[in-house]
Amino acid sequence: MSSTRPTRALWLALIGVPLLFVLIVVLQKRIEGHVDAGQQNRDALMLRSPSAVKAMSLGYDSLLADIYWTRTVQYYGQHISREGGHFDLLWPLLDITTSLDPKLITAYRFGAIFLAEPNGFGAGRTDLAVNLVKRGIVANPDSWILDYDLGFLYYWHLRDYKQAAAAYLAGSRVPHAPRELAIMAARMEQKSGSIDTSRILWSQIYDSASNQATRDLALKTLKGLKAKDDEIHLDALAEEYKTRFRHYPSSIDEMRAAGLLNGIPIDPAGYPYVIGTDGKSNLDPRSTVVIPPEAQSSPAEFPH
Amino acid sequence: MSSLPGIVAINTFREAVRDRVLYNLIFFALIMIGAAIIVGQISIGIERQVIVNLGLSAISIIGLIMAIFIGVGLVYKEIEKRTLYSLLSKPLPRWEFLTGKYVGLLITLTVNTFFMTLGLAAALFYVGRPFVRSDVSILVAIYFILLELALVTAFALFFSCFSSPMLSTLFTLGIYVAGVFAPDIRNLGDLTHNSAIQSGARAIYYVLPNFHNFNSIALAAHGDAIPLALLWQNTLYALLYVVLLLLASSAVFSRRNLK
Amino acid sequence: MSTAAIEIVGLTKDYPVGFWRKRMRRSLDSLNLQVEEGEIFGFLGPNGAGKTTTLKLLMRLIFPTAGTARILGRSIGDTRMHRDIGYLPEQPYFYDHLTARELLDYYTRFSGYPAAERRDRIARMLERVGLSSAADVQLRKFSKGMLQRVGIAQAIVHDPKVVFLDEPMSGLDPIGRREVRDIILDLKQQGRTVFFSTHILSDAEMLCDRVAVLHLGQLRGVGAPGEIVSIEVHGVEILFESREGRPLPLDLIQRATRTGQRYRIEVPEAELYPTLGQLRDCDARILSVSTVRPTLEDYFFRLVDRPKEAHAAVEVNVP
Repeated sequence: MSSTRPTRALWLALIGVPLLFVLIVVLQKRIEGHVDAGQQNRDALMLRSPSAVKAMSLGYDSLLADIYWTRTVQYYGQHISREGGHFDLLWPLLDITTSLDPKLITAYRFGAIFLAEPNGFGAGRTDLAVNLVKRGIVANPDSWILDYDLGFLYYWHLRDYKQAAAAYLAGSRVPHAPRELAIMAARMEQKSGSIDTSRILWSQIYDSASNQATRDLALKTLKGLKAKDDEIHLDALAEEYKTRFRHYPSSIDEMRAAGLLNGIPIDPAGYPYVIGTDGKSNLDPRSTVVIPPEAQSSPAEFPH
Repeated sequence: MSSLPGIVAINTFREAVRDRVLYNLIFFALIMIGAAIIVGQISIGIERQVIVNLGLSAISIIGLIMAIFIGVGLVYKEIEKRTLYSLLSKPLPRWEFLTGKYVGLLITLTVNTFFMTLGLAAALFYVGRPFVRSDVSILVAIYFILLELALVTAFALFFSCFSSPMLSTLFTLGIYVAGVFAPDIRNLGDLTHNSAIQSGARAIYYVLPNFHNFNSIALAAHGDAIPLALLWQNTLYALLYVVLLLLASSAVFSRRNLK
Repeated sequence: MSTAAIEIVGLTKDYPVGFWRKRMRRSLDSLNLQVEEGEIFGFLGPNGAGKTTTLKLLMRLIFPTAGTARILGRSIGDTRMHRDIGYLPEQPYFYDHLTARELLDYYTRFSGYPAAERRDRIARMLERVGLSSAADVQLRKFSKGMLQRVGIAQAIVHDPKVVFLDEPMSGLDPIGRREVRDIILDLKQQGRTVFFSTHILSDAEMLCDRVAVLHLGQLRGVGAPGEIVSIEVHGVEILFESREGRPLPLDLIQRATRTGQRYRIEVPEAELYPTLGQLRDCDARILSVSTVRPTLEDYFFRLVDRPKEAHAAVEVNVP
């Protein structure tokens, strides 16, 4: 390089460019606060129509689907941390994603879980979840996993055992489907739910989940189910205690002293259960375990 | 404007006008007229939204096309046609020449955008909608489009200081697309749970011009207010980035041998 | 102490060649040159000698591989110095969309003249280069010769102290060349320094106080034009044709080249009169008799063939 070329401009740039980049980064950090807040509005209103997005994708729909899928997960992640998240955009985002790429099974599965979950963890729209998964089944006839998810939706959220059985049965007919589907279909034919069944379903969801949010939810629910299971057992023991002593035990410890228990059972969060005056066992108020409402609302349907 | 870049800028603007660059306004007018008529026909209560969305998108796209295609030729044409030889024999440092060309195109884009804004206002007026206070956000959105164009132009100019118009166009388009999707790059990195990829994606995100910062078309279409802080922050952001690019362009161009 | 108008020291320029731009070709090889104020200095050389490269280096359009240069005692890197220089590029081209008047107005703005003075100067300049009637026509409609005139106008309209002209006569008809010569002589009268490149020897002979000869990027000599190329007559060219039915001498026809009815023959000066006598004897019609002078190319061929030291008449300006 020649020594006689102008170097002043070069030096100015060598110093100025990095300096300006630092300022730009600082500024960008401030700007993104406003912009990210406006982002949700924008997604919603500009791109609600899947067919419009598909038309605009100019043939790159599968790439665009990946981008939308990323946005969907990001969107969920941003809202889960907020109090009482409503997830209004979850449906349009999933709708667009799966319209752009109908083979994106992971997106249907995500929808099956989080569209149906009540507000706070999901959109509380079981109808849309069923809709989405049905669409997925049509688009992916070779996949039994979506039948499994549909069966789960009918069983867990809608308590429609007939439909659930039909879904599991349809799934079991797909080539290479695991035996569990047929078993589930049979269980549904008994038209009753059980904690055991729920646990199998949620364990399956946990094992096959492709993302952390689903795994977290499945683990939380499984813990709740375990607690519910414990409570049912403790309630039965409390009844037995009453037949023996004519009154309910006032604590777990009394039941242990009576020889009904070998030790003090603790819930998945590590707290011992407490017994109410009605003899019903409950979670310790400090416990972080949440018993899913689906398991709590009608205990009659969960005979052990 | 009697400064040296000012003299160059005015000539650049005059060249654009005489080369019939502003004829694109006819195209814009046709879009607006067509939209106003069609929307007037169907009238389903979202006239404003449709007109504003369409108008702002057209302003943005037409501006982008102009910024890129004229921008990459700003310097190249002067070298190729050797008009630069006699010009640089005048008491005009190269960086002032570059700045002048840049400002000249910016004036062209601003004038062009001004007329398109008038067209948009006329279309809104035609669909029989009274102007309200929230329409300010339309003006802000247009201002943001201009900032975006200023940044795109600076990139086009920068690339054209060392590559052919064809390559410069590709580079500028690439930067624009990457800049629009910059937040997605960051989000994608965040999803990986791999700290190396995460910081890499974040670095890219901060270095890329974040064009999505300037996109407020949707907000404007819904008549939502745009935060005041965003106004000056975006202005400053564009300004800093443009200065950075002009510095880099000057450094490259001041050392370049003209063929 | 008077500073030289132009002072060039060891100026060298290499161009990368080939696809990978790895190899370098030397286009100018450590040029040393000094041009005094008020001189008309001719920069001679065949095409590709490095004349345009030198001018572009002085104008900072390209940057030297080595060496420096000063104009009016100031570094060529100082753009403020450009206020005092004018430059006509080789085969100039200007903004299509401007008229000649607008172009000159654009350029003179950089020199900081007030509007009224610009207007006057430009009008006078257009008059001087013979473009008054075309002053308000867009340059896209200009012929090559007209563009050359505009180029000269823009090089001198701001009254520069040193004027650089790269092939100022090219593209001009004989009348135009004459006008340009007058302009250059006028500039000298006003005490300006003119540095112009040309490959046409007669232009240099007619105008220059001194010339430098460049060949293949190397300076071959500096001096007064007469010292560089003596006006030695090579020979005489006779153009003739035969009259109806009169045969021409066979020895002449054999040496002549024939074009249609016409013959052209080149003879040494000493043989002029005997040859004319032969032609008279056969009643041939003599169309023209002209002296043949060495072209610059001839000069260069001889220059290249002979070793450098042999040029007694050439002042080699080596420090």
